[in-house]
Amino acid sequence: MLAFAIRRLIEALLVMLAVALLAFVLFRYVGDPVSQMAGQDTSLEDRIRLRQELGLDDPVFVQFARFIANAVRLDFGISYQMKQPVLALLAERFPATIELALAAALLAVALGIPMGVYTGINRDSWLSKVFLTLSLIGVSLPTFLIGIILIYVFSVWLHLLPSFGRGEVVSVGAWHTGLLTASGLKALILPAITLGLFQMTLVTRLVRAEMLEVLRTDYIKFARARGLSNRAVHFGHALKNTLVPVITVIGLQLGAIIAFAIITETVFQWPGMGLMFIQAVQFADIPVMSAYLLLVAFLFVAINLIVDLVYVRIDPRIRILGRGQ
Amino acid sequence: MPEPVLSVRHLKVGFPTRRGTLTAVDGVSFDIAAGEVLGVVGESGAGKSLTGAAIIGLIEPPGRILGGEIYLGGQRIDTLTAEAMRKVRGRRIGTVFQDPLTSLNPLYPIGDQIVETIRTHTPLSRAAARKRAVALLRETGVQGAEERLDGYPHEFSGGMRQRVVLALALCAEPELLIADEPTTALDVSIQAQIIALLKRLAKERGTAVLIITHDMGVIAEMADRVSVMYSGRIVEIGPVREVVLSPRHPYTRGLMGSIPPLAARVPRLTQIPGAMPRLDAIPAGCAFHPRCPQAFDRCRVERPERLAVAPSCEAACWLYAVPRVAPAEVGA
Repeated sequence: MLAFAIRRLIEALLVMLAVALLAFVLFRYVGDPVSQMAGQDTSLEDRIRLRQELGLDDPVFVQFARFIANAVRLDFGISYQMKQPVLALLAERFPATIELALAAALLAVALGIPMGVYTGINRDSWLSKVFLTLSLIGVSLPTFLIGIILIYVFSVWLHLLPSFGRGEVVSVGAWHTGLLTASGLKALILPAITLGLFQMTLVTRLVRAEMLEVLRTDYIKFARARGLSNRAVHFGHALKNTLVPVITVIGLQLGAIIAFAIITETVFQWPGMGLMFIQAVQFADIPVMSAYLLLVAFLFVAINLIVDLVYVRIDPRIRILGRGQ
Repeated sequence: MPEPVLSVRHLKVGFPTRRGTLTAVDGVSFDIAAGEVLGVVGESGAGKSLTGAAIIGLIEPPGRILGGEIYLGGQRIDTLTAEAMRKVRGRRIGTVFQDPLTSLNPLYPIGDQIVETIRTHTPLSRAAARKRAVALLRETGVQGAEERLDGYPHEFSGGMRQRVVLALALCAEPELLIADEPTTALDVSIQAQIIALLKRLAKERGTAVLIITHDMGVIAEMADRVSVMYSGRIVEIGPVREVVLSPRHPYTRGLMGSIPPLAARVPRLTQIPGAMPRLDAIPAGCAFHPRCPQAFDRCRVERPERLAVAPSCEAACWLYAVPRVAPAEVGA
């Protein structure tokens, strides 16, 4: 188990290093920072001095090492657009995105798994057909369209929920949360549905497919032949086997939810990292872009690592594989 | 004669399809007494496994029982509700399937699976059920039963897993054990051990056993009586010695002829020409007649009933109709 964890950790570090190289390249080759910083009347000597001070005349690998050392200390430089440290900007936006992503993921899992199990067990019931039709719609509609439809119905037409923003926010230590106020919760509903709907249908379909697969296996047949109740067969034996691959996908999707909250945040003007990233792209704000790149990569790698470890806990067979290699 | 543990009468199982119903088991009848082992042999698709599935009420849909009756200890069970039938499974009928490698849930320790089954069928506490599980594993020959209770299925070899499966099938002391190809997936050396174990456990408990296999060796080793199935019907049934040494039905003769003898070298094994008919193309009359070397006119039009051919031996073949004109009554 420990060897398995360490091996995975080393792999994760290698991935992060590769991403850091990309972020670094982005930084170095999208333009010359000196010409962006210096005015027209800066003398050639001043430019050379500035270049030396910034360390830009060092060999590339020295610069890369410095970039990594800074990134490890969470120093991502100053935003060109906001003139503030990138870290502070990200820290300010991070809670909004995380709360939105977790609400969406919770929605997807809490509704998707029961729907998947139901449609897997009751293959031919009319309710299953309703669920499957809905999930087909959820899979095929693009996110921005879902967001716009929801805004039209619930904000414009019914005046029930706000169409943009995050509502009132309360500070809990360094974390700004919208989960503790009524307006914050109300503002969360539509974006969370928009972001979570696709994931929910994905989870439903995946759980259903896995459930059908597992229900055909010999050990389920044998469990029935042992006279176990339907409940024990479905929820004790089938569901746990279903969840092994489902957990992997949900974990990866959580990364995707965070990374691709960009569209939802844009539609709902949600003050999260995705919205900031879109603005950074428009202003060619490279420090923000590269920091966002690193952060998203880090989240993906971290989630992957956690999923792998959870996987080992659930499926005893992998423990052996981990030990064997 | 005491009442048989299992009594199957005119069992008919089929699959409804768009082009009518395909009958896969057609008019199968047999009895098994307490402590008796009945073997069912036949080629793949002869309806052996489906007969077993019908008895435990677990035919895969859309297949279903079309007719006939099944009695367990005198009680009719094919008409029970799903819930009542569930209580019969595991409690009164134990089942062993072909592949021990896939019969156990890979995510739970084997002890949990045994305890779960015991507790489903008996009022035992968790601790008592665990003790019982250890005793069962010892009885089925799992070494170091106590420690191995917390092992996962993948930590056991195939033979060991089949012993665990056997312990699971027997954990509520059922009256009837159905073993569907219990040794097919095992090494030859392990097969003999499992057969011996199965035989001993059944004899000790007086359990009636229905063993389904295509391996005549298993039948000869284990069964008291054997029923040979062809195309959904029993073509011959009788004591193993009788059927093996002097097969009456031409199909059984072909089957025996295709087993290589150990004692003598034979240049060429007997072969039954052709193949078993598909379910949607079962010929009229005797289903075997297109392949039968002794078929005559009657075989092509009239389906043979089971006729007494020797003491407690029956064959469904017109060759044994005493006056070769009218079918005799079905032997008792």
